[in-house]
Amino acid sequence: MNRRKAEKGAGSGAGFVELGWPGRLRALRGIVWREVLRFARQRERFLSALVRPLVWLFIFAAGFRSVLGLSITPPYETYVLYEVYVTPGLCAMIQLFSGMQSSLSMVYDRETGAMRSFLVSPYPRWFLLGSKLLAGVAVSIVQVVVFLFIAWLWGIDPPVMGYLTVLPALVLTGMMLGSMGLFLSSAIRQLENFAGIMNFVIFPMFFASSALYPLWRMQESSTLLYDICRLNPFTYAVELIRFALYGQVNWTALLVVFGATVLFFGAAVYAYDPSKGLIGRRR
Amino acid sequence: MASSWAERAIEIDKVADKKALEVDHVSHSFGRLVALDDVSLSVDQGRFLALLGVNGAGKTTLFSLITRLYDNVTGAIRVDGYDVRRQPEPALARLGVLFQSIALDRDLTVRQNLAYHAALHGLPRSLARKTAEIMIEQVGLTGKMDSRVSTLSGGQMRRADIARALLHRPRLLLLDEPTVGLDVQSRLEVNALLRELAGREGVAVVWATHLLDEVQPGDQVAILHHGRIRRSGVAADIAGEASLEDAFLKLTSSTPEPAT
Repeated sequence: MNRRKAEKGAGSGAGFVELGWPGRLRALRGIVWREVLRFARQRERFLSALVRPLVWLFIFAAGFRSVLGLSITPPYETYVLYEVYVTPGLCAMIQLFSGMQSSLSMVYDRETGAMRSFLVSPYPRWFLLGSKLLAGVAVSIVQVVVFLFIAWLWGIDPPVMGYLTVLPALVLTGMMLGSMGLFLSSAIRQLENFAGIMNFVIFPMFFASSALYPLWRMQESSTLLYDICRLNPFTYAVELIRFALYGQVNWTALLVVFGATVLFFGAAVYAYDPSKGLIGRRR
Repeated sequence: MASSWAERAIEIDKVADKKALEVDHVSHSFGRLVALDDVSLSVDQGRFLALLGVNGAGKTTLFSLITRLYDNVTGAIRVDGYDVRRQPEPALARLGVLFQSIALDRDLTVRQNLAYHAALHGLPRSLARKTAEIMIEQVGLTGKMDSRVSTLSGGQMRRADIARALLHRPRLLLLDEPTVGLDVQSRLEVNALLRELAGREGVAVVWATHLLDEVQPGDQVAILHHGRIRRSGVAADIAGEASLEDAFLKLTSSTPEPAT
């Protein structure tokens, strides 16, 4: 204790830097604040992020409304319109794109001054990466909230409480998707550009999930596809959001998403850490 | 308890003459390419070291190791007495870095950028604000606090970046060719400003460059070539009768470029 005090007191010690948790929390707040600020400045990014799910909601869902019959499955208590069914999936899609994009930039921009100066911050790597992912999640939640508002104008009105209960679900699913993106793009060189991520990650994950159609429908056409969907963590992200939006907890989904988050985050910290991971060996 | 007294005495000794930077027999390679080969150098507190080398000499790799972008595989690196591998947090806390590319966000204002970088080092908000004002004044950008970075000139951006790097009061400032891309006038200004600020704050400086006119005769110099320190000493001594440029060219042209 004395030594710590002495270090703090000495003018030639650690300067102004605060290494303990109060300092870490300030760093976290700063990282999130900057990401949101940057996002607010980039209006085109915001619009394009919003247009994608809205196209699905307004056009795709309208077209498929009559084609796809839906039975009553929890959490829904009555027959629901197809638009209502896809809304949680589209929320997850927003997070999928957003998470992949921000994780990709963490790998792609790692030689830039901005990223380098971020990494020389004196806090542990896992903490910095976690904060950065959390900042990306905050931005994705802003997008989801705006999307849900537009969906509400379109007549998709889950219970009011659902808008609150969905938030913790979105934090968790956002973290899962972000750390998955970070892991994939730092571990696999081919996935270092967005086209690669699109083709090999986003599309397969999105289509082989319960985002667009309930899994029992998948089972009718192919049991193999059904099994793939059930192994896809994105399915559980969608279901977690779907249930949370109706004030319910899907425990299986919660468990899977939580487990996948821990796993992918650990793998991402490893893959991104130049001392052990894969980036440093590559050059 | 005699031993603990002895230990403490040794510890006090260590603190008294700890170097701002010690690079101790560090080697690093990327696959088969040896980027650094048994490099040792040290910088005293508050001193200035020019690290000279042509492109590809290993300057950036060395900086990457000091800043822990890569882990140093062999040897040891200590910042202000702290081993960057074993005690990365206090080591990095004492480090300020100017990278080749400006670390500021062009879309945000100078004030927002400085607030963010202060937060990255855990500075409380009021302290961060006060320090930002002082630093911005010292780099001569008073009145530019609320300008967006993209509206500043190249030289002004670099000066704001200097304020950013010194915000948390580091003990060691690493400069990775910070004047590349600036016009002659701005280069001279940035050079003078950095020397003045470092002198005033007592910060040790390692300045990596291949621009020899940035070096003053009294500077400590280390010449890095093909991953090895070829010469180190005071610039004037290395230059001898000739100019530093001649000495530098002689040292760096003796071995052929390896195929990369």
